[in-house]
Amino acid sequence: MNRFPLWKYVLIGFTLVVSFLYTLPNFFGEVPAVQLLPLRAAEKVDTALLGQVESALKTANVAYSGMEMTGNSIKVRLASTDLQIKAKDVLQTSLGERYSVALNLVSASPSWLTSIHALPMYLGLDLRGGVHFLLEVDMKAALEKSAIRYQNDFRTELRSDKIRYGRISREGKVVTVHFSTRDQRDAGINKLGNVFSELAFVPEDQADGFTLAARLKPEAEIRVQEFALQQNITTLRNRVNELGVTEPVIQQQGASRIVVQLAGVQDTAKAKDILGRTATLEIRMVDEQADPLAVSQGQAPFGAEIVVSREGGNIAVKKDVVLTGDSITDASPGFDNSSGQAAVHINLDGKGARIFKDVTRENVGKRMAILLIEKGRAESITSPVIREEIGGGRVQITGMDSTQEAADVALLLRAGALAAPMQIIEERTVGPSMGAENIDKGFHSNIWGFFAVVTFITIYYRMFGLFSSIALAANGFFLIALLSMLQATLTLPGMAAIALTLGMAIDANVLINERIREELRNGATPQAAISAGYERAWGTILDANITTLIAGISLFWLGSGPVRGFAVVLCLGILTSMFSAVTVSRAMANLTYGRQARLTKVSI
Amino acid sequence: MLELFPFRKTIPFMSWGKATTAISLITFLFSVWALWDRGLNLGVDFTGGTVIEVSYDQAADLAAIRSTLEKTGLPEVAVLNFGTSRDVLIRLPVKGSDNAAQTSNIVMAALTAANPGVELKKVDFVGPQVGKELYDSGALALLVVAFGIMAYLAVRFEWRFAVAGMLANMHDIVIILGVFAFFQWEFTLTVLAGVLAVLGYSVNESVVIFDRIRENIRKMRGSTIPHIIDDAITTTMSRTIITHGSTQIMVLSMLFFGGEALHNFALALTIGIMFGIYSSVLVASPLLLMFGIKREHFIKPVEKKEEAVV
Repeated sequence: MNRFPLWKYVLIGFTLVVSFLYTLPNFFGEVPAVQLLPLRAAEKVDTALLGQVESALKTANVAYSGMEMTGNSIKVRLASTDLQIKAKDVLQTSLGERYSVALNLVSASPSWLTSIHALPMYLGLDLRGGVHFLLEVDMKAALEKSAIRYQNDFRTELRSDKIRYGRISREGKVVTVHFSTRDQRDAGINKLGNVFSELAFVPEDQADGFTLAARLKPEAEIRVQEFALQQNITTLRNRVNELGVTEPVIQQQGASRIVVQLAGVQDTAKAKDILGRTATLEIRMVDEQADPLAVSQGQAPFGAEIVVSREGGNIAVKKDVVLTGDSITDASPGFDNSSGQAAVHINLDGKGARIFKDVTRENVGKRMAILLIEKGRAESITSPVIREEIGGGRVQITGMDSTQEAADVALLLRAGALAAPMQIIEERTVGPSMGAENIDKGFHSNIWGFFAVVTFITIYYRMFGLFSSIALAANGFFLIALLSMLQATLTLPGMAAIALTLGMAIDANVLINERIREELRNGATPQAAISAGYERAWGTILDANITTLIAGISLFWLGSGPVRGFAVVLCLGILTSMFSAVTVSRAMANLTYGRQARLTKVSI
Repeated sequence: MLELFPFRKTIPFMSWGKATTAISLITFLFSVWALWDRGLNLGVDFTGGTVIEVSYDQAADLAAIRSTLEKTGLPEVAVLNFGTSRDVLIRLPVKGSDNAAQTSNIVMAALTAANPGVELKKVDFVGPQVGKELYDSGALALLVVAFGIMAYLAVRFEWRFAVAGMLANMHDIVIILGVFAFFQWEFTLTVLAGVLAVLGYSVNESVVIFDRIRENIRKMRGSTIPHIIDDAITTTMSRTIITHGSTQIMVLSMLFFGGEALHNFALALTIGIMFGIYSSVLVASPLLLMFGIKREHFIKPVEKKEEAVV
């Protein structure tokens, strides 16, 4: 009765071998590496670049232990972290203009393991060090921004049909057009209603005239919000690429939030600064008629507003926006040819270039302000006088204090504008040394607990205790292999969950062993006792584990961050423990005792 | 055969009903009082705010750090030692301003300027609204787990078992929370995860005993219900102690080696495991008796008919 068919042994053996293989990469650990990524997505990594990297490292006498091309990046393995930093500096100076150079860790396991996709477990930020941000997109601002765009568009459309209108005002996300006669308004409804089908128009008769209020229809509003979120994600991705971080995680969470996870970032303050900046660029005309005295006191003339200028003092700029950062296709730091000052060179897209050409032609001799708007505060970077018509879409901005500042401004402009401002609402930073400490702590908790449990169980149940211990070890392999295969994120609470499930997994074996003892006590033969022990205990094991599974699934469903990491491991651990405790230990009991027809005594 | 609990005779657990109910009631009321009077010391996960852990290359001068941080103009900065004398924990409440996320940058800039030997180990910043959401979803998770387990027990056993098991385990949860409130240990997200795991885990205990009760009801035709329950508890006693002992070994290992991050988590589990044993044996089973469990609840009428034919 205690014999397994051959296929069961083979199956168990197979799962053990597979899980051992997939556990292996975790023992090899990781080696320091330097990763080279092109700054622009269009650029390709090829063997020529590989040669460049090789010669750069050779001339600088930096010895490396391996180099590989994976996807669109080059990874160089190095023996120590000192060499890693040296290699980073070397590559940064020689290739830094076109490629971002980042510190990374790569798996040290042999290539045949990597080729069967046996990778080490994916460590969470609390174990490898890094930053986690949760950003909330200001949707109200996104909607207001789109309303401002409609304000301008209405003007253009009404003018093109020569429909006379008074002023176009905006309150929050509602844009109101004022007309002096009912006919004009009807023409306005006709025209605007045709062009902007995503808007809902409400005409109203006022004492002093006729108005037309426009706002986005609810479904269009949702579209605008989705677009804003996607645009911000794209922008963040560009900025993160500029930071030179490997394997960044940038994901939508809920309707208005974005999660950013950057592993191994050393300078978290800089990362936060770049991500948190909501810089947008606007080009507007300076209000030349403004009274300088009023401007210096902060009083804005009608249709203009006062902003602080980096060149000193206040400056009055018109509210009409000539161009926004959306029209910028590229921006790079450099120097002004004539003065040698730090400058940013900007390239505009076709439409932007046309508008810029028209505006500069019409306003020769006047001043134009380039505004950097951060966190709702506008600041004029520079306000040069337009000397001549500027065509071709190439613009140069000077007025930066230093080359570093020029580089920062260029980075922000190149990384694109945010569709709406964002705010960091959660931050979790773990320093690199803390990550390593946490791994140690989690590992020690597991290993000491495991040995204590195994010792205790083996002394208490003798042979069956040994079976249980081997089953427990197998459970550990199954769990780690499963986590490695799924590449589920392992966090410190996740490591705690491994310890906890190992402690709880022994429960199934205790249930079985106690049952066997009881059957023996009641006079059953050893073979019958073993068989009854396993069969009767199964129902109880299932019930007991399902309740914990319910807790685990709820935690996964409702939990966030660290709790989720805990829940994943808990659920997987319960599943593997049910298999290992029942099947693996039974296989060993069957192998040892199953063939002996006249078994008189079992060691339990 | 090594046996720690060689009970041959059934122990009359059910006759201790009055005493155990009294003990449960007292600890339960004590916990409720602690929660009411002191409240949980909620961590930054739930309240919102900033917690920064830094470490110095030599023993940290807390007074100097305090005065450095006071100069930054940040309000209500709490500075305390944490683990060793070189590790410092800085706690700041949520400010009203928009750029609360910049707080940690300001703090680190000030500390580095005052003493370059400082190293940033960890920053947790949680906005007030996120804290509230984590609190809400935590409370919801507690309810979902409780009702999920109850529904499962009701389907697998009987509603009396479900209610008895759940009451016993909610009693454990309240006691864990009560102890955390009494000692003002910090209650974090990780601790919450531990509490919920305990809820699932200690129901195990009730399930094992209930399973045995059900089996005994079918087997021990001549016995009274209290005796059946006593027998079920006695026969599973050894398993109870060994299983919980093993889990506790693991938890102790976390308590000793897991560092600060897992300390309170391990504490919550320890209390949960201790009271889990107690409540399954001495709370859930008497409750079952009180709800009036009967043989008929388990012996199906179909079986009676068969007997009649024989």
